[in-house]
Amino acid sequence: MAKKPISFVLNGQDTSVFVEQGGNLLDELRRTVGDLSPKFGCGQGTCGACTVLINGEPQLSCLVLAERVEGQRIDTNGGLAEGPDLHPLQKAFVEGFAAQCGFCSSGMLMAAKALLDRNASPSRDEIAEAISGNLCRCTGYEPIIDAIVVAAENMRRRTT
Amino acid sequence: MSIEVKSFDTLRQASEVLGGSAQYIAGGTLLMRKVNYGDQSFNQLVQSTDPALKQIQSQGDEILIGAGVTMSEIMQHPQLQFLGEVARSVGGPAIRNMATIGGNLFAPRPYGDMATALLALDANLHWASGQQQSLEQFLERSDAARDIVHSISVRQPPTGAFQYLKVSRVKPKGVSLLTVAVLLNRENGRTGNVRIAFGGMAPEPRRAMAAEQALQGASLDESGIQRCLAACTEGMAPADDSLASSWYRNEVAPVYLKRLLLQRS
Amino acid sequence: MSRVEFRKDLFADERSDDLNEVGKPTIRQDIIGHVRGTTRFYDDHLFDGLLHMRCVRSPHHHARIRNINVSGAESMPGVRRIVMPSDVPNNLNTLLSLIGFGRDDEPLLSSAKVAYKGEPVCAVIADTERQARDAVAAIKVDWEVLPHVLDVEQAIQPDAPVVNETYPNNLFDYGRFDHQKLRFGDVHSAMQRADKIVEGQYQMSPIEQAPMETCGAIAAPETNERIVCHTATQALFFSLGTTAKLLDVPSSRLHFIGGTVGGGFGGKVDSITEPMAVLGALLTGKPVKFHWDREEEMQVGAPRGAERWVIRDGVMNDGSIIAREFTGYFDCGAYTRLSSYAIQKGVGHLPGPYTIPNVAANVYCVYTNRTPATAMRGFGITGVDFAIESHMDKVAEAVGMNPIELRIHNAYRDGDMKAHRRVAKNTALIECCQVAAQKSNWQLGPQYASASSLRDGGSTERAAIPETAVDMVGKIGERRSSSIAASPAQGTERVPAGQASELLSPLPLQHADMQIEPSRVGHTVKATAPLANAAGAPPPAATAHRETTQPPATQVSTPVSQQSPVSPPESLPASSTGSYQQPPRDQPAASPPEAPAVKPYEPQERFNKGMNRPGAARHLINRRRR
Ligand SMILES: Cc1cc2nc3c(=O)[nH]c(=O)nc-3n(C[C@H](O)[C@H](O)[C@H](O)COP(=O)(O)OP(=O)(O)OC[C@H]3O[C@@H](n4cnc5c(N)ncnc54)[C@H](O)[C@@H]3O)c2cc1C
Repeated sequence: MAKKPISFVLNGQDTSVFVEQGGNLLDELRRTVGDLSPKFGCGQGTCGACTVLINGEPQLSCLVLAERVEGQRIDTNGGLAEGPDLHPLQKAFVEGFAAQCGFCSSGMLMAAKALLDRNASPSRDEIAEAISGNLCRCTGYEPIIDAIVVAAENMRRRTT
Repeated sequence: MSIEVKSFDTLRQASEVLGGSAQYIAGGTLLMRKVNYGDQSFNQLVQSTDPALKQIQSQGDEILIGAGVTMSEIMQHPQLQFLGEVARSVGGPAIRNMATIGGNLFAPRPYGDMATALLALDANLHWASGQQQSLEQFLERSDAARDIVHSISVRQPPTGAFQYLKVSRVKPKGVSLLTVAVLLNRENGRTGNVRIAFGGMAPEPRRAMAAEQALQGASLDESGIQRCLAACTEGMAPADDSLASSWYRNEVAPVYLKRLLLQRS
Repeated sequence: MSRVEFRKDLFADERSDDLNEVGKPTIRQDIIGHVRGTTRFYDDHLFDGLLHMRCVRSPHHHARIRNINVSGAESMPGVRRIVMPSDVPNNLNTLLSLIGFGRDDEPLLSSAKVAYKGEPVCAVIADTERQARDAVAAIKVDWEVLPHVLDVEQAIQPDAPVVNETYPNNLFDYGRFDHQKLRFGDVHSAMQRADKIVEGQYQMSPIEQAPMETCGAIAAPETNERIVCHTATQALFFSLGTTAKLLDVPSSRLHFIGGTVGGGFGGKVDSITEPMAVLGALLTGKPVKFHWDREEEMQVGAPRGAERWVIRDGVMNDGSIIAREFTGYFDCGAYTRLSSYAIQKGVGHLPGPYTIPNVAANVYCVYTNRTPATAMRGFGITGVDFAIESHMDKVAEAVGMNPIELRIHNAYRDGDMKAHRRVAKNTALIECCQVAAQKSNWQLGPQYASASSLRDGGSTERAAIPETAVDMVGKIGERRSSSIAASPAQGTERVPAGQASELLSPLPLQHADMQIEPSRVGHTVKATAPLANAAGAPPPAATAHRETTQPPATQVSTPVSQQSPVSPPESLPASSTGSYQQPPRDQPAASPPEAPAVKPYEPQERFNKGMNRPGAARHLINRRRR
């Protein structure tokens, strides 16, 4: 089956690739584009390790038909850091020990970013809700919620 | 058998190629899993960019919702507030950005929370072929015709008349162990017209007719709802699965129905 | 921000707190890569022309393979190779063979029969994952379905189907016995003295480790005939050794790269994906990825096995537990993997962190037609700890005591002798209980609030190895033979107090450095006997060495009972005759025995829970939870 050419904006960069028909966005990002930050954990939408933002909204890239992102804006954890500097969320994850094995981190960070983009000072419940589609087997979630609280504080301070 | 994807401008065109080895893909939250896991029963995906899929229109107290409207879009729409709680109970945030109301009507248990709510609300389906059908009729027949749901119409319930409860094991959210939705009109302190729908208590969302009848004209208190509770699992066929046994579901269904009925009064 | 509380006030003089790193929180070195998404997990190594390998798996719990028809699959688009069991050079292995423990019992791909649902029988290598899946679906296996057994106690009945031909009794062999024994003191006579007997049964379910990253490996040919393998393994050299053995390649040809694990929790030691991927690379000369999808991870990924425990305690009214019996059944699934070893570790942990002078345990490693079990956090310990701590609550209720006080009352203290004959050191249960009580606002009586692990332990009584009743019940194969009932078992003995009883040491020491200092243990291994074996191949588990040695003289004052080792037994009750576990009448009936100076010990009732006595009740807990 012929591959299809598509173009989209990945982490601010124009990107054009040929994708497999029926291929999912996760595979194409990883194997074709080479952005390895989203991870395969289940291929069925239950784990959240493949979470990316499509036009600013979190979606599960393993369940997105790759050709559907033609012309869309995609953000992944691969583009979250500001050059050599960590994003405040990434920094808070480091300092708060919110990553252990690291496999859920990229998806978790994108879910958190989508939340903070909408809501600069979320409650702990709102944070728990925002990451409820992202599983973590190491931390027990509390350090992750703590880190997001801290990141939100730091980001508010930065903008004011 | 690699997959071939076909796109159509209108739903009607798309519906014409369905059947055999072609499947319609909406949000893809269920279908893409099958693709990823190599399901051998189909090798074509059919999609459509028909703008009708995304429409939300109201005519009087009836609202027409395009089948491609997502759970997140329902949550954000001012006229769909009565469904907001239902939409919020589906999946996590990412799933809600993808999952459509139309796809939910076809979701096997333990899914179909929105379908359960829509069954209690007596929603109607509008098919791409132009046919109309009540959701109840659609759910009853087992051999789903190969057509595409174009939109869903539902009457806005009077304030406070619609109640919804989803029971799941994982907090803050998980799949449904069972789901209850009740539409209850009140006449002089007694119950008037009632519709009670259960999700997770049968292969498809199902009305608890005997319980509805028993509630007709009853007073909404412990003793008034007794007969309704006793009858609520009549005709149900809950599953034995990894979430719960059918025994457990039968035991707790009346408990949750009671909480739902009494919390309102 | 850390939620960890460091209780530096406890045992402050046992450590120095002026170290730069040890004892202080530190930022893990790999976390920057994790949060940037730049950490390379095994699947983050990209290879041009990567091929994908997937298995054909059994839909049955137990079935013979009559025929595998691959003709349809071979010619499908993208298919490079069908891998059959005959492609595996050395297709039988057991994980622990690398340390000489147990017999090879598991094929990489099964050719004759399958013994659990999901067991692989052949594999496809194709250009894309989808093509591999399509070809797998096109392979037709002709199955002859066999009766299966899923319950541990049913599996050890004489008529149960044989799960694993290497262990035809459906039990792993421990030395001469079909179970792991622990004997310390004399539980039976202590039970008779006890004010109360408290019995409980505990059943765990299998638990999947469910790491976020599923198990997988990518293998690719390198220069110099070597194969590089990127893997998710938790046990790099284990995986390397296993691959070398199964594929019969020198380990020098294998270049394994790992250490970056997307969650393991014990579920990534079984070394299955690595030999598969390397085999694929050897057969195709191309980079090959073999990984489990989530469904495979859940279905065939080895879980923490289910355990069933029966605990029986003899308790005094003041809460002192004076005797504790265990019968344990580990459901190891169809193949041994690590269960045999988990049991040894679990039995070393009995009777939990409590000083109990009389302990006995029979623990069975049972083969069933379930997914093979393996390690999970707290290897060998967590399941039985759940049972023990549940049982402690039950005991507390039975004697009307505060459950935390009951634990403190029975807790081991520094210097106490544990049932596996080592002296307890660095104990901290009491302090844990006190902190837990404090955190949960649970009142403790003054003597419990002020108790300490450092005090009251190691008294002559608490440090002693008691006189111990041992037996030969449960020899390998007995359980399955139909003539069990008639033949009496071999002797019951008393091992005098202060002695190490029986030491089964299937493994010789590899190096003199490994000799444990006598002062650290309750028993020592004589330098001569077991070491003699060290030069040759590791002995099979069955060649156990029996060692009886004195503990260091300082540890135990010679107990009185050593001079007069047996207590006069009651006469044998008639009720226990007719069982193969009947205590011995070792003298031939024809010539009346000379009366021994001291009559041999004959307990009234043997510790024999879970033994397969005809007509005896078993601990069957096979009611469905509904
Ligand atoms: C992690 C996860 C969690 C979930 N949690 C929930 C939950 O809590 N509650 C719940 O109810 N569901 C849940 N779901 C299931 C699913 O996401 C929803 O039911 C969703 O609404 C399905 O819609 P979709 O657009 O994604 O369907 P798709 O996957 O696109 O399609 C599903 C099926 O419906 C058919 N179909 C879709 N739209 C139409 C149409 N307009 N006309 C005809 N046929 C159509 C398709 O052909 C396909 O067979 C969950 C799914 C996942 C993966």
